[in-house]
This record gives sequence, C-alpha cells and structure tokens, in this order.
Amino acid sequence: MPPELTIPDTAAKTAEIPAEFQTEKMSLSMGPSHPSTHGVLRLQMELDGEILTKADPIVGYLHRGDEKIAENMTYNQFVPYTDRLDYLAPLANNMAYSIAVEKLAKLEVPARVKAIRVITAELARVSSHLMGLGAFGIDVGAWTVFLYSFTEREKLYKLFEELTGARFTTSYARIGGVARDVPEGWTQRVDEFCDQFLPILENILNLLTRNKIFTDRTVDVGIISKEDAIAYGLTGPNARGSGVKTDLRKDTPYSGYEQYEFDVPVGTKGDCYDRYLVRGEEMRQSVRIIKQAVKHFPPGPWYAPEAKRIYAPQKAKVLSSMEELIQNFMLVTEGPQMPAGEVYFEAENPKGALGFYIVSKGGGVPWRLKIRSPSFCNLSILPKVCVGSLVSDVVAILGSFDFVMGECDR
Amino acid sequence: MSTTAVDAKSALKAQFPAVTDRASLDWPAVNVPVAEVVAALKYLRDTLGFDTLTDLTAVDWAEGASPRFTVVYHLYSTVHPGYFRVATDCPDDAEPAVPTVVELWPAANWHERECYDLLGVKFTGHPDLRRILMWEGYPYHPLRKEFPLAGIEVPLPDAEIAAETGTKVLPAPMAGGPFVASPGEINLTEAEPRAKDESWNERKAKPE
Repeated sequence: MPPELTIPDTAAKTAEIPAEFQTEKMSLSMGPSHPSTHGVLRLQMELDGEILTKADPIVGYLHRGDEKIAENMTYNQFVPYTDRLDYLAPLANNMAYSIAVEKLAKLEVPARVKAIRVITAELARVSSHLMGLGAFGIDVGAWTVFLYSFTEREKLYKLFEELTGARFTTSYARIGGVARDVPEGWTQRVDEFCDQFLPILENILNLLTRNKIFTDRTVDVGIISKEDAIAYGLTGPNARGSGVKTDLRKDTPYSGYEQYEFDVPVGTKGDCYDRYLVRGEEMRQSVRIIKQAVKHFPPGPWYAPEAKRIYAPQKAKVLSSMEELIQNFMLVTEGPQMPAGEVYFEAENPKGALGFYIVSKGGGVPWRLKIRSPSFCNLSILPKVCVGSLVSDVVAILGSFDFVMGECDR
Repeated sequence: MSTTAVDAKSALKAQFPAVTDRASLDWPAVNVPVAEVVAALKYLRDTLGFDTLTDLTAVDWAEGASPRFTVVYHLYSTVHPGYFRVATDCPDDAEPAVPTVVELWPAANWHERECYDLLGVKFTGHPDLRRILMWEGYPYHPLRKEFPLAGIEVPLPDAEIAAETGTKVLPAPMAGGPFVASPGEINLTEAEPRAKDESWNERKAKPE
C-alpha cells in the first residue's frame, strides 16, 4: 500500500513564522490605465505576498460634472449628455432620462413610443452584455469570445445607425417621444437579427460555460452574499448574480414592460461565474422581449401629440407678448416649461438601476439633477470583495462586474 | 404608488411625530428633523421593509436660502417594490452637517463621500470622509450654486508636476457654454455666452 500523499498548506504555515521574519506589505497601484480596469479606474492595493489585504478604488478620472452641466441647460439639451454616461448602452440611458422628465411633466407617451423604447433598450442591453462578456473573456485569458461577440455587436450597431444616424452616441429619445420614427422595414431587420443571433449566442456562451480554464478562474471567486448585495446597493446583473431577485422591469414596470413575458435569472452563489451566467441568460430574455415587441409593434404617432400643450405658454399673453406668440422658438431657447416638484425614476439598465432625481422649480432648466449611477454603487463593494483574494482574481472580479467609468464618474 | 408605501408613511408618522409630509410628484416623501433621521431610516429599514439605500444626495437651495442644504435619501424595498423619499434639512447653512448612515447601509459610504465632495455637506461619524470624484486638496465644492459652470483656476493636484510644467487647472472658455439658456431672469445677451466673448468678430479672426 503506497503511503498517503499530503500537500503542505504553505499559506497557513506562514502565519507561524515569527514576526521578525515576516515580509513587509507591499502597495501596488493598478490603473488608471490598465487593460483590465475597463476604463480609468485606479485600484490602490496593499499586498501580503500575492494576497490583497486592502483595496481602495480611486475613481473620478472621468468626472465631467454632468450634474452641474444639467443645471445650466434645458431639459432637451441634456439628452446628448446621457449618451456619455454608460457609453456602451446610450439608448437605454436616453430612455431612462426621458421617462424621468416625462414623469415630471406628467406626460403619457403613445404605445408606439413605448414599444420603440423597449426594443432599443433591449438591443442596447444585448450590445452592452456582448461587450461585457467579450472583455471579461479577455481578462481571464479567453480571446476568442471577444471576436465572436464583437461581430454580433457590429450588426447591432448597423441597426442603431440606421435608426438614429449614429453608431455610438445615439441621442435618440426625446422628451415626449423619440427623435424620429423607425425606418421602413427596420423592425423586420431587428427580428432577423434576433433569429440569427440566438444560435450564435449559444456558440459564444458554449466557449465559456464549460470551459475548464474559465471556470477555474471564476467559480468561487469574488463571492458576494445576498445580504451584502442589498446592503451595498448593488443592482442589475451583479445583484441578481448574488440571488437578489430584483428587476425593475418586473417590480416597478415602466414603458410597457408589464406586457412582455420574460424571466429574471438569479444566481445562487454570487461568484464571478454566477454573474457571467446571469448576463448570458439576460441576453436570451432580451431577445425574447424584442421578438414580442416586434410582433405586436403598435401603429400610431411616435411622439406624444399633447407634449406641446404641456409646454404651452400662458394663454393670456399670446396676443400681447412676442415670446408667447413664437412658442416653438421659445421652446428651444427657454426649454419645455416644467411644473415645480421633484421626481425620482430608476430604469433597469444593462449595468444596473440608472436613476434620475430631478428637482424642478418650474421653468425649462432643472434646479438639481442627480444621476444615480449603477456602476458607482456596484464598485463601492470592491474594498470588501477584493480583500483576501489573489491579484489575478482581482482581474476576474473587475471583469465580472462589467462597469463603465463614464457612468461611475459622470 | 403601492398601498404598502402609503401605509409606511402613516406608520412612520405614528412612530415619529416630528415627521411631516413632503411635496412629491411620485413616491411618498417625508421631511424628517435632522436629530431623528438615523432612527427614522433605521425604522424604515428594519420594520417597514425598505432594505436598500438606492440613492443619497443633497440639494443646494442657493446662497441666502435658509435652510440652504437638504439631504435626500431614496430607499427602495425589494420586499414590496417601491421607493420612499426621506429629506432632512441641514441646520447650519454655513457648515452643513448631518449624521452618517454608514452603520445602516455600507452603500452610504461612497454616496456620502460624493455628497461631501461636490456639495460640502459633512457627515458626522463617517469612517472615511475623503473626496471621491475631485482630487484630495481641491479647494471648492463644485455643485454649490455659487460655483461657476466654467470652473475656477486652481493649481494642479501634484505640486511637482505643476512646478515642472507651469500649468494650472484653467476654467473653460466661453463661461463653460455655449448653452442657449440660463436659469433665472436674465436677458439673452447675458444668457448667451457666445455673445459675451468679444475677443473675435467678423473682422478679427477667432484666436486659436
């Protein structure tokens, strides 16, 4: 009978070494320009050997003062700035912002606008998750995924270009509608994209799901408990990966999401692998929603006809004041005249819940516009998750978080 | 507005008599005196099911207003989906401060740092109240109403680089515009920053 082999646990043994022989801790700065940080995030790490004892994310390198800018321009003028929040899903940001302002104006949009917004937001989700998966794959050493997912993303960008005139910064939504109606045959082409996309998506996911290297790098790495996910305000796939069954499209439906059938995937363990699985399933569900929306695509106007009435000038002044007479002109220069009050609206964006808190004192310019950014909240858990993990695991954790610094720093 | 959220408001008011209604166009909202805000939020979290702090921010009601700063908390319930808004006025207009809620929600850590950074509201008891979006040592709070849109000239964060390059952080040209509208009652010449910039015209070329 051969003797039983035991592998000594060297890591545990180091604790027994007397203090004078212990090595000193090392501090290492990762970023702000590092391929695995997905933008200008800097991680100030304190290392004991290869294990992190402290992680301090330093954000703000992409701070452009969007909230300050919003206070100095009309509601309509701010739409292009929302593109630059989560620049991987501008269509979803446009929609979240315009719904927030419509809530303030108490404006109901027609069914066609809602359907267009749902289709574009879900397409944006697919394109954002494709990017997220591709980048995650690269982070843990799987280059091929990126090539396949970018091919599909390119097809989506063709569709975006046809619809909005721009590939990246779409600025498509308007307050009370969208910028223009969908081109002829566009919904048909969206449907065709979905049909050919589903088998390719399975191929892409098959490259990772049972990939031994990928599972070794992600399973049981960066575990976030359900309680922590709620306490740290995590939203989106990162919260669902930890088993928090929350999806604003289901829980507080907006833009007609209650009409569509879809499932909300949740993880069980809350590790990097669960977050990956949730994103993969979400793409399937998004395609399901798009196919339903295209099938029952409603006719009618692509803007709210009563929008102008809501922004109307004071009746009594029309015959005595030049400005009231040239209302269309004033709508552009002074902005849509909103009632005073405050609203808060959150939409389920690809990265999580994107919220807009608008305080209005009346008039065409918001008094305060706060952007609740999902990436910012998701990143705030990093100091807790990273401690105790290896440096190479940090790369996997960052990849699995799928954040965008444009949104985090605003 | 779900019924549970309305119930939550009356339950909160029964527990804390000093809580008053706050005008809101969507979700239930209350004003809470600063002394009771932590207790009220704890009650909302533990008893009424608002388990997530989804957003924390402050509003600056401009110089001269009193109270000048209002801290606004947005709570979300994963149990009975819906939001709840809690607002509290900072008692001191010059040195605004409210107690921290990091003990209740770790999520508040970064939100409060951001609020301190951009608006200068101090959160007493915060474990690590550093700037987060602007750099350490930045002298202003840019989201305050008196801070100009274009920015203010300040030295670079790194003194060594500043000495080497001789550059500074400069305010944006054209008053941070061009935006065609400004809040308040000002005429179009003032509101239109392009009109203000008289360094170039039809005869004199625009400087590079």
